[in-house]
Amino acid sequence: MLEIDAVTTTYGAVRALDEVTIGVDEGSITAVLGANGAGKTTLLRTISGLVRPRSGRITAFGRDITRTPTDEIARGGLAHVPEGGGVITELTVEENLRLGALWRRDRADRAAALREVHELFPPLAERGDRAASTLSGGERQMLAIGRALMSRPRLLLLDEPSLGLAPLVTERIMHVLRDLRSRTGLTVVLVEQNARSALSISDRGFVLALGRVVASDDAGTLLADDQLRHAYLGF
Amino acid sequence: MNTIWHLVLNGISSGAVYAALGLSLVIIYRATRVVNFAQPALALISAYLAYATTKATGSYWLGFAVALLAGTLLGVLVERLLIRRVSRRSELSSIIVTLGLLLVLQAVAGMIWSNEPHAFGYAFDFRGRFSATDLFAVSAVLVTAAGVLLLFKFTPLGLRMRAAAFRPEVAKMLGVRVGLMLTAGWGLAALVGSLAGMLAIPPFISPNVLDKVFVFALTAAVLGGLDNPVGTIVGGFALGIGLSCISGLVGPELVPLAALAVLVLVLAVRPSGLFGRTIARRV
Repeated sequence: MLEIDAVTTTYGAVRALDEVTIGVDEGSITAVLGANGAGKTTLLRTISGLVRPRSGRITAFGRDITRTPTDEIARGGLAHVPEGGGVITELTVEENLRLGALWRRDRADRAAALREVHELFPPLAERGDRAASTLSGGERQMLAIGRALMSRPRLLLLDEPSLGLAPLVTERIMHVLRDLRSRTGLTVVLVEQNARSALSISDRGFVLALGRVVASDDAGTLLADDQLRHAYLGF
Repeated sequence: MNTIWHLVLNGISSGAVYAALGLSLVIIYRATRVVNFAQPALALISAYLAYATTKATGSYWLGFAVALLAGTLLGVLVERLLIRRVSRRSELSSIIVTLGLLLVLQAVAGMIWSNEPHAFGYAFDFRGRFSATDLFAVSAVLVTAAGVLLLFKFTPLGLRMRAAAFRPEVAKMLGVRVGLMLTAGWGLAALVGSLAGMLAIPPFISPNVLDKVFVFALTAAVLGGLDNPVGTIVGGFALGIGLSCISGLVGPELVPLAALAVLVLVLAVRPSGLFGRTIARRV
């Protein structure tokens, strides 16, 4: 589904990603964990073409996307929810949602997607005409994820969806992700500092430290590894 | 009382031109943070093409259509061939390029059509108070401005353009072709600018004919908020009326000074424009 093969991304002299190799199976949830500055956000930005890797190869849906422009990758079925959600506060809630599906030709299907997102996150349906700037942090994150789902992606990249949210809201979002995966076979790559809640819904986990993969295993195994937890995951 | 009324009517018709030219600046500024100083030159070239067409065919409206078409095309070409190449470096590079383009295009117009003024016709009868030409100018600007605002607010293209303007990176992640949206914005802006040129230029066209109008349009845009289309349209009409009253009651020699005073005052007191942040963000 998604193969990241020996990818190195640099900012000036800094190696943000150093020969990172990660494989993601179709229909799985994969957690990418690690401390601040470990390279998690850079990994997602490299996958969706916002930054170009210095070397290595990225394949998604069986196609090499290493040099593909971001918008084309998005139209290929990859949705990326950036850190903080990337909600456009100058637009209304519904405009944000519609924007997520605009590139898809089927008008009826776009309307159906909007109904589904409204069912998934009822607060978004109630606040359709309001400016997105009026939403709370949790609602913004719902809007960001809902907007990503509007395009009916095959692969969803999520950057720290729990950042700054109350535990209950985080739990709800994790629940929605697990539910979506089991209903639609969506593949999810979940970047989190909150390792425990991310691993609780994931199949596999990768731990990054200073741009390198330092551990990769089944989510359950990672959760049980006390040494790893203390060294890299902080719980 | 009669004089005031007369001055206000006069101001409305010149204000319409400031509003349209101001709007063309705002469309580009909002998307790229660049003030397009080449805008009057694009309008100038398209008006000269209209002049040549009308002279050859005798039809004012054929020339009018050529101006709008040529203006749009020029905007598209400038974005694709020049701005796109320099915009990655900084906004300042783009601004300098538009300034340079202004000088080059004015010089080229002078080389082709000479620096002497040529007679340039009005759309309709221009005699009397609030003539048919004035009515045409005001309604053409209002219809165009409404069209632009409706396009932004209610069409998928407009939604894409706004997303690309506010958050280009996020727009890309949502599959929007941001580069194409910028090109569309330059085309649209130059279309509106060319309309303003056709309305502002008569009775005579010469390479520097739009310089003063451009200064007033920029003042109108700053007055209304450079990223606020509605504010700029209101600002254009307000400035037109204000300057017309100053010209009639105090003296025409004070008009440029008054515009400059407005510009300095707004930039000093409310740099985001009279209509402030909140409206600017909602529009």
